[in-house]
Amino acid sequence: MGKSSKKNQVNSGLDYEKIINTPEFKKLVKRKRIFSTPYIIFFFIAYFTLPILTGYTTILENRAIGWMTWTWVYSLSMFVMVWVFTSIYMNKAKSFDIDVEEILKKNVVN
Amino acid sequence: MADIISIAIFVAVIGLTLGITYWAAKQTTTASDFYTAGGSLTGWQNGMAIAGDYLSAASFLGIAGAISLNGFDGFYYSIGWLTAYLVVLFLIAEPLRNLGKFTMADMIGARFGAKKVRGAAALNTITIVLFYMLAQLVGAGALIKLLLGIDYWIAVLIVGVMMTIYVLFGGMTATSWVQIVKAILLMVGTIVISFLVLLKFNFNFIGMFDAMRTATPHGDAFLHSGIIYKDPIGLISVLIALILGTAGLPHILMRFFTVKDAKTARSSVIYAVWIIGIFYVLTIFLGFGAAKFVGVDAIVAENAAGNMAAPMLAGVLGGSALESFVAAVAFATILAVVAGLVLSGASAIAHDIYAEIIKKGKVTEKQQVRAARFAAIAVAVFSIILALGAEKLNVAFLVSLAFCIAASANVPTILFTIYWKKFNTTGAVASMLTGLIVALVLVALSPSVINPVEGAAFFVGQPLFPYSNPAIISVPAGFLAAIIGTLVSSKKFEAEEISYAEVKFKAETGYRELER
Repeated sequence: MGKSSKKNQVNSGLDYEKIINTPEFKKLVKRKRIFSTPYIIFFFIAYFTLPILTGYTTILENRAIGWMTWTWVYSLSMFVMVWVFTSIYMNKAKSFDIDVEEILKKNVVN
Repeated sequence: MADIISIAIFVAVIGLTLGITYWAAKQTTTASDFYTAGGSLTGWQNGMAIAGDYLSAASFLGIAGAISLNGFDGFYYSIGWLTAYLVVLFLIAEPLRNLGKFTMADMIGARFGAKKVRGAAALNTITIVLFYMLAQLVGAGALIKLLLGIDYWIAVLIVGVMMTIYVLFGGMTATSWVQIVKAILLMVGTIVISFLVLLKFNFNFIGMFDAMRTATPHGDAFLHSGIIYKDPIGLISVLIALILGTAGLPHILMRFFTVKDAKTARSSVIYAVWIIGIFYVLTIFLGFGAAKFVGVDAIVAENAAGNMAAPMLAGVLGGSALESFVAAVAFATILAVVAGLVLSGASAIAHDIYAEIIKKGKVTEKQQVRAARFAAIAVAVFSIILALGAEKLNVAFLVSLAFCIAASANVPTILFTIYWKKFNTTGAVASMLTGLIVALVLVALSPSVINPVEGAAFFVGQPLFPYSNPAIISVPAGFLAAIIGTLVSSKKFEAEEISYAEVKFKAETGYRELER
């Protein structure tokens, strides 16, 4: 794998070091990170807050609606979170696709 | 229970999947066909196949049983196994598709050319596949034995032969379509049972919770966390393995190579998340329904771990016809998962070890496919032999162990390969081996292996490590080994590494040089 990639690199003549330092590529990476990072932090925190609340406190044991306790409400809202976040990601990713296409068009002649 | 309807439905499942295999075999000629269905799947097809590959007997039979016996604690698996897809989607799916070719090791090998990196990745794949498969095969044997009244060894052989046929002749195309059909059957079965459960509760979702308060010996506790997980640290450890493990499971990662590009990989995750998410919500109805309408005593009498809860519930609500259908769904579930595992194990042996390490990539198309078929037979035969000897063992913990190894041994390396510029060969090998060894050793010392209760594990005694799932130690160990390995090592493997600039550019854009 290693060898063939190197050989091809010569063939295609791409200077990767140069491309990743172009403003448009840097901007793409930065936009992606700025978009993703808050979601990633949020879902990890939301996820691990559940066992901390159920393990160390009893507040989720209170009844929310009838005998559906807050434990269940919290858990089901995790499902909603997963669906909402995947949809947001899907929509946002379309705009990254456009940037990627432009970068490829500009830097790679294939 | 082995009546005409049961047998007819089982034969129908076998016939349908063999038909798929016959059709798929005709389109499987190249290595790319064999490993990735030629990258020809659409987003929804791969999304359904991911669901079919992922929702194993542990999800269908295991979670339903666990909720019925232990209330909310059983539902943690549903939450963890779904949320895991956010890790897959936000961090891994697209760069993985952009960098890899057939296997998880390909993606890591796209940056680190050294044989030891690919070797370690292949070793992890094979270990995970064997543990996961053993749990499925032993479960399948017990299930079919119970449902059709045939001997355990015959049941294991039937499943073993079926999975071998799918992979051997139909490769990834057959495996994918078996998984798609299974996903449809599983969803239909689960939705029908859930509907019947709701009907019994007069479509009063909240009222169902009221009823569950008094339906089991646990009382109120059934609706709270803490029946099994009394120690929060042990619970957090399990949840770490669940959320991170999926992103390191070789048979799931391999599915992302069956689509043409990162965009399609992304959309397949969306479809998968909807199907898997709806399924896991419905596990509430399966678990509650079984506890209420089958009864805890009856469930435990059939199987101590509660694995028969879902089929029994189907029997109570819909009669023997529905029970037979649900049993066949469970059978199809297992077949689809083990087929994916065989293919993934075979790809690690034939592609990573034989073609890339031993032959250094210099193999013809024909040799590759032949090697893959031999490897598929080897993986299948080996795991069938293991399963035949493991009837009496409690192997249910092997699935969570597989998730733990995936999270500890694979995920750190996958993430750092994509996102950490300094990461190097030594760090990758150190992380993969440390994660694997720490997870295995700690499980060997845990209550899953050494338990004071006689019959609960392999040995009777006081466990040396308190938590059944060691992820809380082994996952940080995997990450730390990657960091320490990288920082203390010299640059002696640099010649075999591709520059991070190239890896980063390809990971973000999907750019590829023309194939050799």
